[in-house]
Formats: sequence, C-alpha cells, structure tokens
Amino acid sequence: MSLAPASDRLERPSVPADARRRARRRAQWRRRLTVLAFMSPWLVGFTAFFAYPLVSTVYLSFTHYDLLSPSRWIGLANYRYLFSQDKQIWPAVYNTLWLVAILVPLKVMFAFGVALMLTRARRGIGFFRTVFYLPALAPPVAATLGFVYLLNPATGPVNGALGLIGIEGPLWFNDPGWSKPALTLLLLWGVGNTMIIFLAALIDVPNHLYESAELDGAGAWRRLRWVTLPSISPVILFSVVIGTIEALQLFTQAFVASTIAAGSASSAGDPANDLGYPEDSTLFYPVLLFQQGFRFFNMGYAAAMAVLLFVVSFAITLVIVRNSRRWVHYAGGRT
Amino acid sequence: MRRIAMALAAAVLLALGVAACGGTGDSSDDAGAPVAKGSELKPADITLWVGFTQRELGVIKDSVKEFEKENPQVKVKVVGGINDDKIIAAARGGNAPDVAQSFSADNAGAFCGSGAWIDLKPYMDRDGISDSIFPPAPRSYTQFEGTRCALPMLADAYGLYYNEAMLKKAGFDGPPKTTAELTEYAKKLTVRNDDGSLKVVGFNPSMSWYSNTPSNFGPMYGGKWTDGSGKSTLGSDPAWAKLLSWQKDLIDWYGYDNLVKFQAGLGDEFSASNAFEKGKLAMNIDGEWRTAFIADEAPDLPYNTAPVPVDPDNPDLYGGGYTTGNIIGIPKRAEHKEQGWALLNFLATSDKAQVQLSNGLRNVPTTASSAKSPDLKPDPKFQTFLEIFGNENTTTTPVTAAGSAYQELFNGFVNKWQAGRASDLKAGLADIDKQIDAQLANVEGGQDVP
Repeated sequence: MSLAPASDRLERPSVPADARRRARRRAQWRRRLTVLAFMSPWLVGFTAFFAYPLVSTVYLSFTHYDLLSPSRWIGLANYRYLFSQDKQIWPAVYNTLWLVAILVPLKVMFAFGVALMLTRARRGIGFFRTVFYLPALAPPVAATLGFVYLLNPATGPVNGALGLIGIEGPLWFNDPGWSKPALTLLLLWGVGNTMIIFLAALIDVPNHLYESAELDGAGAWRRLRWVTLPSISPVILFSVVIGTIEALQLFTQAFVASTIAAGSASSAGDPANDLGYPEDSTLFYPVLLFQQGFRFFNMGYAAAMAVLLFVVSFAITLVIVRNSRRWVHYAGGRT
Repeated sequence: MRRIAMALAAAVLLALGVAACGGTGDSSDDAGAPVAKGSELKPADITLWVGFTQRELGVIKDSVKEFEKENPQVKVKVVGGINDDKIIAAARGGNAPDVAQSFSADNAGAFCGSGAWIDLKPYMDRDGISDSIFPPAPRSYTQFEGTRCALPMLADAYGLYYNEAMLKKAGFDGPPKTTAELTEYAKKLTVRNDDGSLKVVGFNPSMSWYSNTPSNFGPMYGGKWTDGSGKSTLGSDPAWAKLLSWQKDLIDWYGYDNLVKFQAGLGDEFSASNAFEKGKLAMNIDGEWRTAFIADEAPDLPYNTAPVPVDPDNPDLYGGGYTTGNIIGIPKRAEHKEQGWALLNFLATSDKAQVQLSNGLRNVPTTASSAKSPDLKPDPKFQTFLEIFGNENTTTTPVTAAGSAYQELFNGFVNKWQAGRASDLKAGLADIDKQIDAQLANVEGGQDVP
C-alpha cells in the first residue's frame, strides 16, 4: 500500500497503466476499510462476546484450569475422563435426553393446541391470549418456587385436592420418578412465547385455502391436516429447534427445584449441595457442568463438557433441519 | 463474500490472540514478603470481606473496632454478605479485599493450592505465632499440602439436641449415648396420625435434610474419609457401612415415603418454624449455633444438648463429633498485606477477639486458650459444644483440591441407599471410592487413574 512520491505525479503528465491499477487498488482498500469501519461495532461485539468465549472454551477444554491459577495444557485428559471415568455424566445425559424426547413434543403440541383454541374463540380473545401468555412473564426462579410449593407432597394444594377425590398424590419433586414430570408441568405452563408464535402463524394462514378446501368437501380434520399444518410448518420447525436447544440447556428450574425440595441448607451457606435431588433425577447436563466448573474447581473439564454439548446441539439441530425438508413448506418457495 | 470471509478470519485471529493471553489469570504477583520484625504498621485503609450479614455482621464490626482502637493508623471497611464465588472472582481481577473470610473450609484446598490466598507462614514465623495454638481439626482444615494460607476464625461443632420434656414424658432420664439407644428412644418418641402418617418424629436419620449429612454423622461410628495417601476409604473402612446400615434400619421402621412426606411438611431449617424448635422432632443433630437461634426464636423450649450417640461396639468414641469452621486469609492481590495480616492475626489468634466473637455469634472459639477463657458467656447448653470441640475423637472432613466434590458424590449414593434403590452397600461404597479418586485425579491435574 505504498504511496507514489508526489514529485513522480507532477513530472509525468500521462498516467501509466500500473499507476492506474495502483489508484484503483487504493480506492478498493479505502472502500474495504470503510466497510470494516461500519461493521466494526458488530465485529467488536462478535469477537468479544462470541468468537473469544467460543475459542477459549475449546482451548480451556484441553487444559487443567481451577479458575484461580493459570491453566495448564493436559491434552485429551479431560475428554478421556468425560468418556470413560465420570459416572455422573451418564445420568446427566439420560436426564437431558429425556427432556428432549418428552418435553419438546409436548411443548409444541400444547402450544399449538392452545393457539388453535384461541383462534376459535368468538369473543374475549384478547383476554384469553393474555391469560395464556402471562405465565411466560413469570421469572423462572419465582415460577419454580411456586410449583415446588403447589406440588409439596405434605402441604401442597395439588395433593390436597387429589386427596379430596380419593387419589393419593405422588411425592413430585421429592420422588426421582416424578421430579422430571413435575418440571415438565412447570415448563409447559410457561409455554406462552411459543404459543404466541403459533397464534400469529395460524392467523396468517390464507382464508381462501380453507374456503377452497371446504368447497372440495374437506372436513375439519382434513383442513387441519392438509391446510393448517403445511402452512405453519416453518413455525413448527422453528419451535422444535428452539425447544430442543432450550431443553438441552435447562438449568435454572432444575437448580432451584432440587435445592428447595431437598429442604436442607448446608452450614456453609452453599445452596448447591443438593444439585440433582432426588437421587440425581434432576441432574441435567448443564447442572453437572455448573457443579464441575464452579463447585469442584474443575473449569477445564467443564469446558470439555461445554464443547461436547455444543457439538451435540449442533448435530441434533442439523438432523432436524435436514429432515425437515420433507415436511416443511415455505409459502414463498425455498430461498 | 471474500470480504466477509476476511472479516471473519480477522475476528477469529483476534479472538485466538486474546485467548492465548487470557484464561491464565493475572501474572502480576506481589510476593508480599513480610517487613522486618518490629517495624511499625504504616497507616492504610483496608477492606475486610465476611460472609456474615445483619446482626452477625454487627458482631464482626464490633471486633474490628477493637482492632482499630489498638491500631488507630489503620481504618477497616467491613463488607458483609460475601460468598465464595465473589472471593474467587476477586482472585482473578477487579477489586480484591485485604482480608477475606469464607464459611466454607472445603474450599481451603483451592485457595491454598492455587496461591489465590498467600502463604501466612512467613508472617507467623516473624511474629512468633505457632499453629499449635489451634486444636488439630481447625489446624488441618486451614491448610492444604503443607501451605498454610488461612487461619480458623471460629468453628462449628455438631451434637445432639434433645427435647427434655418429651424424653421425660417417655420415661428417659438422659440423652441416648449409643445408636442402639438412639433407635430405641426414637421409636418410643415417635407419634403417628390415625392414617399412619408421622406427627412427631423421635429422630430423623435421613441424609440431605436439614443439617443431616454423612460428614456430621461420620463421628458416630468413627468413619475415616481417606487413607494416608489421600485415597477414599468409604468402602474399605467398615465404619461407614455400619453407620449406613443402622441409619437405613431406622428409616425403614418409619417408612421412607412417610419420612419424605413428613420432611416436606416441615418449616425451613433456618426459620422460626424449624421442626425441633416447633416440637415436631424430639431429637436432632445440629450445630452449636442452634442454641442462639432457640434463645431468640423459642426461648421456652425445654431442651438440652449432648455429644452425638456412638457405635455401641465402640463406646469410647463418645464425646466427640464433627467440626468445621470459618477460614480467613489474605488474597494474593490484596494491596495492604501487612495491615491485612495485623487484622487477621487479631481476629484469629487474640483471646479478646475470639471471646467477643464467640459471645456474639455463639460459635466455638478456635484457639485452645480462648475456649477456656472465663470471659466466655457461661451457658451449659453451649458448653457441650466447647467440650465436643476439644475432644480427641472430634474430626473434620479432609481438604481437597476439588472442594466438597467427594462429599457430594457420597451424598448422591447415600440418597439412593436410604431410598432403598441401592441394594449392595459394599459394592456401592467401593464404587463411590473409585469415582471420588478419579474425580480428584482429574481436578488435581488431569492425570489418568490407573
């Protein structure tokens, strides 16, 4: 990018080809720099908050790092421990996959069902929309505390009501068989965001499609199957992908529910002694990651777990998106 | 397209560069060597971080005032409500205090092993302070692999609380001394509702509830956590299997689900609706601080305290219990280490501060001399814990580089065991030993366990 000396330009009246090329290149560089300058806010943000954490997580996963002293390169030792020695990892993987397999379909169906009902409401649609959306606004910690209270096996109103009709309620958050279903209830209750997206998509389905289907003699079920579902399939795909990623990352509700349900407070004032209570049934992958990184001073290993979570999330999303080509229809055609 | 690729490449390169520099903690390390003996303490404004809040924070501030009276050139700012996450963050950057106190002796391994807290030995040698002024348990939980980076500042000791009126009514004169007696008492003191659910429980042996943990129960059977080389011995020391068999038998007598339901209906441990304070439990294992809570929240409760009941085959264990406590140290990045040490030394080793803190917080003082001080507020119920603390059978949990990981792995197994979902106790304990050793090896540096 060297500039030609000023005297050169004065002495030569005609501009030779290579000088013209240089001028063009200069202009090109200036344009590139301008573009970069305009992009710089994004670039800085991308680098500081995305690329750097990502790259350093991968780097730290090959190190021993206790948060306090400098990290030290240990090669694949963290990954070897992850795959062959850590016995907590498999319950954590099982719990998380359980959520993906059970919670995600339920969430999509529930949100779709509620949205469908709301489109049918003749009056008070604004009111019902608000009522069904409201739980999504509850802070996760407060919502979890509320559910642990409602589902308390001894004093909770849910088991109280079940008792009135002669059913002995389960131990909910205190029973390893019921803790995940209890969490599922909590997460289904807060499904408002997904519901709103479905509602918008349902309202968007062109009416003339329904009319022509009706003229062709299609009943309610066929209209749903052949008009509604194909029309909103991109939204279904979106909520399946987002729901899966959210299920893979579930942390707050599990953390709060296990700590409160265990009902113990350690003398050290450390609320994390009962993570996974009862019997590791709420020990989800991100909960274990937190425990390793921030409680056991094992941040290098936690980084290795994070890398695996990233790879698995990516792979699952890829499978869903690939597979979706068969059933997702884009109204504007594929771009 | 090429331009975007270039920008991306630049971003990734930049990130790599930052990653290479970062993630390694700060390297500026003021060795903080102590000044020569007899030098005067220079004026400074220093900061003390403590975990205490509210009333208890006031007690700490009173002691700090005494220090300021003796050293008027040093002004101390006391910050309460600090937890270990903040101490760890301060070790990595930002504002570091000059002295920090943690509730969690389990983390001494991380603080000492990493150098996040400085080695206090040079200061102690200079000022002629030997760690033999502390009993063996607090001496051990404030150092890690030979580095003494902390001193104990008050301790907790665990014993048996029992409701005297309930025991008397059932025909018992004194507290149970063996676990066999404890079982007998518990069964007699338990009251069931008509539907079979539990109304009053004699003694609840479930772990992961209130202060019930394997560490608090361990001294009942003299269970050892590790062997000489630091390997986990939960499976090889028969005491643990004996403890868990006794515990499970009593749980089965109540019915596990009955107990879980009973627990779920109880009030919060650290509130005025604590089950023992409410008379829903006849006996409970708890720390010495409960005496202060009861005085405040249930002053009319007819109770008394005793050491934990022990293995009937090993009655000599009686008198001891579990102890752990607060630790206090100087962060590596502290600005005024000399003045920080002066404050730390005052709080942790002077009889005056120890007695005042113990009277105010109702925690056990941690120097042998202050525990015998005539200035300690006399209270026979609290006296029990001073005696437990000084007993030769009293033990603490080992300090490791992985914090309390080994206790939590053990808790996880015990929870399955007490619920009846782990049938082979011996094999289960041996398996937990293996997991604990592997976890520790990974935390200590990523070596494989052969």
